[in-house]
Order: sequence, then C-alpha cells, then structure tokens
Amino acid sequence: MTALTPVLSAHWDEEDSFTMAGYKRHGGYKAAAKALKMEPDAVIQLVKDSGLRGRGGAGFPTGMKWGFIPQGDNKDHYLVVNADESEPGTCKDMPLLLANPHVLVEGIIIASYAIRAKYAFIYIRGEVAHVARRLQQAIEDAYAAGYLGKNVFKSGQDLELVLHVGAGAYICGEETALLDSLEGYRGQPRLRPPFPAIAGLYARPTVVNNVESISSVPAIIANGPEWFSAMGTEKSKGMTLYSLSGHVANPGQFEAPLGITLREILELAGGVREGHQLKFWTPGGSSTPIFTADQLDTPLDYEGVAAAGSMLGTKALQIFDETTCVVRAVLRWTEFYKHESCGKCTPCREGTWWLVQILRDLENGKGTAADLDKLLDLCENILGRSFCALGDGATSSISSSIKHFRDEYIAHVTNAGCPFDSHASTLFASAKAGA
Amino acid sequence: MSTDVVDMITVIVDGFEISVPKGTLVIRAAEKLGIQIPRFCDHPLLDPVGACRQCLVDIEINGRAFPKPQASCTIPVEPGMIVKTQLTSPVAEKAQKGVMELLLINHPLDCPVCDKGGECPLQNQAMSTGRTESRFEGTKRTFEKPINISSQVLLDRERCVLCARCTRFSDQIAGDPFITLNERGALQQVGIYEKQPFESYFSGNVVQICPVGALTGASYRFHARPFDLVSTPSACEHCAAGCSMRTDVRRGKTLRRLAGDDTDVNEEWNCDKGRWAFKYVTAADRITQPMVRDASGELQVASWPEALAAAAAGLQDKRAAVLVGGRVTLEDAYGYSKFARVALGTNDIDFRSRITSDEERDFLASTVVDSAPSYRDIDRADSILLVGFEPEEESPIVFLRINRQVRKRSLKVTTIGTKLSIGAEKLKANFVCVAPGTEAQAVAAQELTDKSIILVGERASESAGTLSAVVALAQKSGAKLAWIPRRAGERGALNAGAIGNLLPGGRPVTDAAARVDVAAAWGVDSLPAAVGRSSSEIFAAVNTGTLDALVIGGIDPVDADKSHEAISAIKKAFVVSLEIRESAVTKLADVVLPVAAITEKSGTFVNWEGRGRNFEAAVVESLNRSDVRILTMISEKLGRSIALPTVSSAAKEFASLGKWDGAVSAFVPVAPANAPTLGATDALLTSWRRLLDAGSLQDGEENLAGTARQTVIVISPSRAQSIGVVTGDAVRVSNSHGAIVLPVLVEAGAIHDDAVWMPRNSRGSHILATLAVANGAVVTVVKD
Repeated sequence: MTALTPVLSAHWDEEDSFTMAGYKRHGGYKAAAKALKMEPDAVIQLVKDSGLRGRGGAGFPTGMKWGFIPQGDNKDHYLVVNADESEPGTCKDMPLLLANPHVLVEGIIIASYAIRAKYAFIYIRGEVAHVARRLQQAIEDAYAAGYLGKNVFKSGQDLELVLHVGAGAYICGEETALLDSLEGYRGQPRLRPPFPAIAGLYARPTVVNNVESISSVPAIIANGPEWFSAMGTEKSKGMTLYSLSGHVANPGQFEAPLGITLREILELAGGVREGHQLKFWTPGGSSTPIFTADQLDTPLDYEGVAAAGSMLGTKALQIFDETTCVVRAVLRWTEFYKHESCGKCTPCREGTWWLVQILRDLENGKGTAADLDKLLDLCENILGRSFCALGDGATSSISSSIKHFRDEYIAHVTNAGCPFDSHASTLFASAKAGA
Repeated sequence: MSTDVVDMITVIVDGFEISVPKGTLVIRAAEKLGIQIPRFCDHPLLDPVGACRQCLVDIEINGRAFPKPQASCTIPVEPGMIVKTQLTSPVAEKAQKGVMELLLINHPLDCPVCDKGGECPLQNQAMSTGRTESRFEGTKRTFEKPINISSQVLLDRERCVLCARCTRFSDQIAGDPFITLNERGALQQVGIYEKQPFESYFSGNVVQICPVGALTGASYRFHARPFDLVSTPSACEHCAAGCSMRTDVRRGKTLRRLAGDDTDVNEEWNCDKGRWAFKYVTAADRITQPMVRDASGELQVASWPEALAAAAAGLQDKRAAVLVGGRVTLEDAYGYSKFARVALGTNDIDFRSRITSDEERDFLASTVVDSAPSYRDIDRADSILLVGFEPEEESPIVFLRINRQVRKRSLKVTTIGTKLSIGAEKLKANFVCVAPGTEAQAVAAQELTDKSIILVGERASESAGTLSAVVALAQKSGAKLAWIPRRAGERGALNAGAIGNLLPGGRPVTDAAARVDVAAAWGVDSLPAAVGRSSSEIFAAVNTGTLDALVIGGIDPVDADKSHEAISAIKKAFVVSLEIRESAVTKLADVVLPVAAITEKSGTFVNWEGRGRNFEAAVVESLNRSDVRILTMISEKLGRSIALPTVSSAAKEFASLGKWDGAVSAFVPVAPANAPTLGATDALLTSWRRLLDAGSLQDGEENLAGTARQTVIVISPSRAQSIGVVTGDAVRVSNSHGAIVLPVLVEAGAIHDDAVWMPRNSRGSHILATLAVANGAVVTVVKD
C-alpha cells in the first residue's frame, strides 16, 4: 500500500496556509534564498537531476525545458506559468493556489533566476476570481517582503511578476494559444517551430510551465534532487497531486508518489460511493481515453498509463459508477470540446460540430448501429489531423468508450433511447436509487 | 543578373527526386514535380498557417517517419526527406478525404447560385478529393447572408472555410488589418470592427484569393458565370505601376478585371481602382461617332470622311500643337509624336497635361528616358527615399513592394513631404516634414549610399529645385533614381518622344544627328529643330495668338497649371479632340473623333521601370479604333501621312528606331524659389491626388467610391489654435479664384505650420478647378 506524500498540500488544513506567515512558518522562501546563491545553470542541473516532469499533462522534463533557453543571447527571457486549468475533471492547480499560493511565487523566483528571466507571468483562468485574488495578495506580499521587484533577496537580481487573468477559453491552456492571449490576441495555437523556447512571448525565449511543476521546485531545492527522485517510479519521479472526483465517498486532492494505483487512491478516499461499483474512469481528465475496473491496478505514472492505452494527463481521476450512461457522459464531454474548439483548423472545428450531433441522436434514440462506425471513422479523421491536441482530446473518450461499451451504445439504438435513469447518477440521488 | 548562391536540397516526393532551394515548402516541392496536393489556406505569398489541414502528407526524414501526417504547406524540405502524398500514401489520402468531408459539412453547397461556381478551388478539390455523397445528416451552421464588410466587398459567412487567406493578406501584404477572425469553433467568422469597415485600397485581392465564394465583389455578384466569360490578359491603365491584369468579358461587355500574375511586377496583387474602375468604358456619355461643330456652334454627328476632312481643313497650313494625355499607350503616343513632327511640322507636343516645369522636362530627357530602375531594386535597397511621392495613393503596387521589405527586414524608408500620409505611417517612414516649396533643401540634407534608391514622383516638378536636388543627391551618393509618374502612359509617351525636347527613343531634338536618324526612318527631308513648347506654353501661345490649332488626345484642361488659361485656349483655337467620352475638351472642340478605350484596343503601357506591358483587345466586337489609326487617317487627308495604320505597325516602327546611343543632353540645375511671405491667415497650399477620388476613370463605380478616404482639410495644431478650430470644425480655404469649405483634421507632427493640405481632386475638394492652384501657392485659411 502506497502512502500519501503531502508536500505541496502538507499544510492546506491550517487556517492561514495561504498567508505569508503561514507559508514561512514551514520554511517558506528559504529555497529561493538558497537558489539565488547558486549558479543559475546549477539550479537547472539540479532540477534536471531530480527528474521532475511537467505536471500540465505532457510530462516533458522540466529541467530540460529550462535548458533549451539560449543563454547569452542579449534578449529578454520570460517565464510564463500556465494556470489556465480548464480540463474537465482537473482540479489540482486551483486548490493548490487557493491554499498555498506562495509556493508558486517561490517556485517562480527560482525558475526565473535559473532561466535568467526578469519578467514572469501567471496566466490564470478568469472564472476563478477567488483564486486570482489570493494569488494577487500573495504576489503583493512577496513584493512587500522584497522577494519580488528590484534586487530580490538582496541578490542583485530583479524580477517582475504579473498576474494575467484570462477570459475563459479552454484553448488558452495550450501553451502557444496562451502566449497569443497573453499578448492581447485571440487565443489560437501558433505554428511550431519556432518553439516558445526560441520565440515565445513577444517573440522572445520563453519557458511555459504548469503551476504544479513550478510549485514543486522549492521543495526540490530545499530537500535535494535525491529526496525527490526517491519518490515515484523509474522514469516518473516525485510526488504529484491526483484529483479525484465523481462517484466516490471522499473526493478531493491526493498527493502521492507517481505510480500509485487507482485501487490504492480509492481505498484512501473511502471507495466508490456506497452501494455502487466502478464502471469507468478517466486517468487524466476528459481528453484521455477512459479506463474501466480492469485498469484499477495500472500504475498511475506516465509510462504505466500510456502502456495501458491512455495518458496520465493532469491526473484527473473522474470516477463513474454503474448508474452512469456512458453515451451521455461522452456527449457532455464532446459538447465541451465543440464549445471550446478555437476554430482554427478544420478537423477540430467541423469534427466536433458533427460528433455532437451524432452522439445527441444516439443518446436520444435516433441513432443507428452504423453511426458507431461513422463515429469511429470521424475520430480517425480528427485524431492526429488537427492543428493542436484539442482535436485529439475530443476523440479520446468517444473511441475508448465505444471500445469498452459498444453494447451500451447499441442498447440506445435498440431501446430507441437511453436505458438509464439519469437521476440515479446524480450525487444527490440516494445510494439505493441506483441499479 | 542575380549572383545569390542558393543551397539546394534534394527530396523524394512519391518516388521522384527533386532539388529545390533550401526553405522551400514541401507542398511547393511537390508542385515542381507536377504533383498537386489539395490546399485552401496555403498561399505562396502569405506566411504559412497550417489551418485548413487539407494538404496532409506522410513524411519521413532519414528513415524516421513522423507519427502522423503533416501539413505540407508548413514544413520546409530537409535533406533525406521522403514525402508520400495522397498518390502513394493511403494514410495521406484518407486524411485528405476526411478533411474535405469535414469542410463540406457546414458548407451550403449552393454552387448553382454562387459566383465562385465554376472557378472554385473548393468545388474543384471536392471533385478530386471528396466523396460523392455526404455522410452528414445533421444540421448545418447558418448565418445571415451576405453582409457588407465594405461598400464593395460582401461576405457570405456560411460559405467560408476559415482559411484566413483574407485576414492574412490584409495584415501581411496590405498592412490594413481591418478584417480579423472573430468568435470561435464552428462559429468562427471573418469580421470587421463596426466603426472601421474594410476600407483598404487593396480589398479586392481578398475576393480574388478567397478559395470559396465567401467574399464577393458587390459589382460582380450575380452578374455572370465564369464559364460564360472570355478572359484576355491585359495591363492596367490607371497608374504607372504596370500591373498585369486579366479582363473578363461576356458578349462585348467587361464584367470584371482581376490581378494577373507577374512575379517581377505586381506578384498576384492589384489595387481596388485597377480592379473595379472600368465602368467609364461603358458610360452613357461614351462617344461612338465622329462629330463636327456646325455653323451655329452645335456639335453634329458626322460621317468619318466628313469629320476627317473637317479636321484636315482646320489643321492645314495652321500653326498647330499637340497635347497628349498621360493615359495613351506607347503606340498611340508614338503616333502623336510622329503626327506632330511629320503632319504638323512642329515640336510643340507635350504629354504632361498637368503642372509641369522646364526643370522636369530637362530631368526627363537627361535622367529618366534612358533609365531602367526596377521593383527588384526596391527589394535590394538598403534604404528608400521618397520625394514628392505617396506610393499608396499614387502607385499602390510600389507601396506593396516597399511594405513587404519593411515587414520582412525593417527596410528604412524616408519620405520628404508636406504632409504625413497614412501610407507613410504604414511604412514606418521617417517623415521629413517640409513647407511646400522647401523640398530641395531637405533632399540635399539626406545621406544615402550606392545601395539606396530614390523614388521621385511627378509632384516634384511642382517645387522648383527639387528635381535638381534629387539629381545632385543621386550623383553624390551613387543611389539609384527612379521617376514614378502617376499616369500609366507617361513613361511610354516620354520614350515615344511626345514631348518638346525629345524625338522617339530619347533622341534630343537639338541634336542634328538624332534628327537625321528619325527623318530617314520616317522618310521625310527634315524635322523641326527647335525645342517645342510645354503644355502650359502651348495654351499661352494660343491665347496670345501665336498658335492657331490644337490636336488634343484625352486630357482634362482642369489638370493644367492654370486651368482657366487652358480652357480659354481651347475655346479660341481650332481643336481636334480624340476622346472616348464627353469632356471639357469635346464641349469646346471643333471636331471630335471617337477612339477606343483600353479594353477595346491592343497596345503597350510602359511602367515606371521602363518595362513594356503589352495587352490585346479584350472586347473584340468593338468598332472603335486606337488613336494612332485615327491620326494616320487625318495625316493622309493632310497629305503628309504618318503611315501607322495599325497598333502593331506603330509598335514595329518604334522598335525598329531603337534607343538613342548618342550624347544625352546635360541637366541644368535650377535653384529653389524664394519662400513667399505669409500673413496671419495665409498658408501654403499642398495636395496630392488620392487613389480613390473624383477621377473620371472611376466614374460609374459607386461601390468603389464608397471606400474612398474622407475628404478633409489638414492643418497643424498651432494653426488650428490661431484660427480657433478643432478637428471636425468647418474651415474655409480660399484665394482670388474661389473657396472650398470642408471639415478640418488637426494633426500634430503631420504637417508644417505654414501649410494646409487637402486632397487635389476628391468629392468636395476639386482644388485645381476651384482654386486653380495645387501646390506651394498662398491661400487664406479661416474658420468658416
């Protein structure tokens, strides 16, 4: 049985965890002071040694990303933190920033120093005003304490940190669309190359990192790369935040070493809601192919989930019990992707428009068995044909659900409608109302 | 000519090897092999975007295959690259078919009523890459249709495939980002800012490059089917840029004109005037029959023999001069040039029906007639100096060419002018603000290198000493010098010798050997030796009684230096007018002879580079004939034939004369004039013609006129303060001839305190007709 390893979430239950005092009580900002006395390249090397990989979904090694920034180029460098957490099911960065915003600020100080950036930006989604307010307060407090602004920690280094509130578009979580949005344009993904490390924000070398990735850095500096890499699995090091939601007794964030299984997490969370059984789940949010009970023992690290046919993504574990109509769930997700498609490329823009209509017909009993093949063929024409990963993500739940639950789709056709009681899957339905 | 070394890269496309320059995109390498990969967003002159995903192909590099098909319009070739298109890769073929199916689900498939039907890339590629039957059974996205994004461009949003060609063109080529993509997902659409419609001088290009029928021109919409049109390659008659064009005609009527492809000149673009201003050809006041003024002073329709006899009778043994408009073809100009010398025995001929100077005439003979600057020189220049020249207004394709270099490599542009223009701002030009008349001093102060180029406009002749300073600067620095007139025919007319100091081919009339050359070719004993009069001298000579008759081909007397003197001269003289439409000249002429308009004749325009732009008649049904044919008929009646019965005979004879290889007349510098003293409400008038204005060649095209820039008077803040006005107030500009009242625009840093600017010939601002002056004259500026 894997034990939880609370680091980022260690003090969330303290009343003042989000304040400067609360943060400093547990050694806050000491890592930044320590890092600023090191050589910037040594900081990068240390993060490389720790094995930290991006926590935003793709799992790219963080230290390597920092190392891509050309040095001595006489250009401004920028650090941009992606706090546009919008994936359905993902709820780790927002709780983290609500309860512990200073850890991100400290991580930014360290990362900016390492990549020689004098400006850093946090792009936060606009809907979470309460989180943005806390983060803004933390930034102001850090300025007041001399941790940001001119001559931070009396190191001779300057660092300006800007909190930018987005206008609520899923696509702005894609790093190049985020940069466009941050520059004041409509958020649409950019053609790559050039990659942000060469020409990112305002065409300057830019590192774009997820909130959790940057927030993990202070602890790595404080405790050393060996401490960090002792956790996790061979290629997926360290602890991470799993967000558990849906039909579970105690949903929430679980900070555990990479490689923990859903069976273990469910145990810690008190299991699937009482009287019900696990039907299907997402390992990394709605854009990752769904799993069933068969994958309960799959190690939740980058390699383990990939080997089982899905993606670790943002470690958003959405749990659905047997009361859930898979067609309905998939339709909801697809509607989300249709709504959020930026419109730049044909497959995603037109494909999601069409997918929704087919799924809606199926859910309402107006579909045919042939629609399933059409859906699968459409998914094939969207996956890997779109400009960015949004289109790919839109197809994941459809193809994987047809793979696991073709019979249930067919039941919608033969039954001329959805065979499920939609009330039973609601969280306010009594435990016994289900199947 | 080019010695640039280009690295070549060899790749394999569908099993065939091809070497292409480094940086070539895969889609273009395939094209070189004749392999057409379907595409929508790709355009060779726009930055790649990779949005439509229609051009997906399989690629491997040195044995490593991309895991998924790649957009061939975004990926440059690399050594060791193997490309498999739809022809050899089932994956690429399925990907392309899949994208095509998706593109069509929301498309209305209204080809039978769509203007693009028959010439539509979507239609064509749906045939090559699409399914015969759609699998889509759902609800299509619909929009209100069409919407005007300007008075001349309409948008049918539901037809749009969102390739972003139009928005990228406007941003990257025209520098007018007035249209953008708005909204998201399937509701994404091209849109404008409601307070700032798509008023770009280049907006028509987006209609042409739209790969579907989403953008249409208001004047062509629902007028024709492409397969009913007969297309003829042609050249643009509007300015000296020299655009290659295509004229589409149905049953004798021109229905539209498109930009032609010419990488050396206009690439694939043209301006809206070139595209849409052609209705003057079919205007109601078009002259189609000869007319002779009868005893009671009325013009009466006459037969050709009658009219020619009347013309000859009026010219026979008279002291006559020739005025040629700046819009004639090279062949016609050559006809006028020969007609003046052979039939009338005079050098009194001038193509410059505008404000001119002897300084300019000498400049043209010494510096321009033998020069051959080019667009390529702009591409290679280390800096550009504009003198008396607004490229966006006066030669829009030159503007696009400069703009491309500004965007690509931050080319340094300096403009010496009396007012900062919108175009100069777009070129991020260093604006050297001068008072009208003081251009010469500012030119002299410039530092250029032998890699620079000076582009000088025809308005430089309006400020004494400016051309002298330009010549001196070019000599001192070694910079190239290009003269860019506004009208399409001026450079050709100069080459043809339709000016008092030159015979055809740049031969000085004062050079005996040159005269012998030409006289021998023309089969005459001798040619007049004295330098002929300029256009303003010709009018003055008529008024003082030293000239009796005028042969006038397509000029507007209002364009002349002192228009009232021009009009009185035309009243007084015996006038033979060769015209396409009723005009101020035909109203007063004694004999009016109809001639062919551009679309009805063949010929050549010579653009500012000295490059010939040949074209054939687009409307072959026309009975109208080119000026040179008419002139030949008159000359035969006079008994001194110029023997140029056809356009091709004129072209052939002019070519056989060749260029002058003797000494060129030296340029004699002229000093700037002294600045006049100004009273408190006095200002120096300055102006230029806007691209879209009240020019008669734009008559009949209201949609085009709707996008003209606002007519305003521009003054500096200090003058505004002294006369007590703010932007928007009515201001009165007047002199002894008349007054113009217009709203004022107060612009800081855009105009000299001593100056007042207004458009030369826009609606409500016909300053030559009203004030009889244009540049450098003292006018009174007061609050109205």
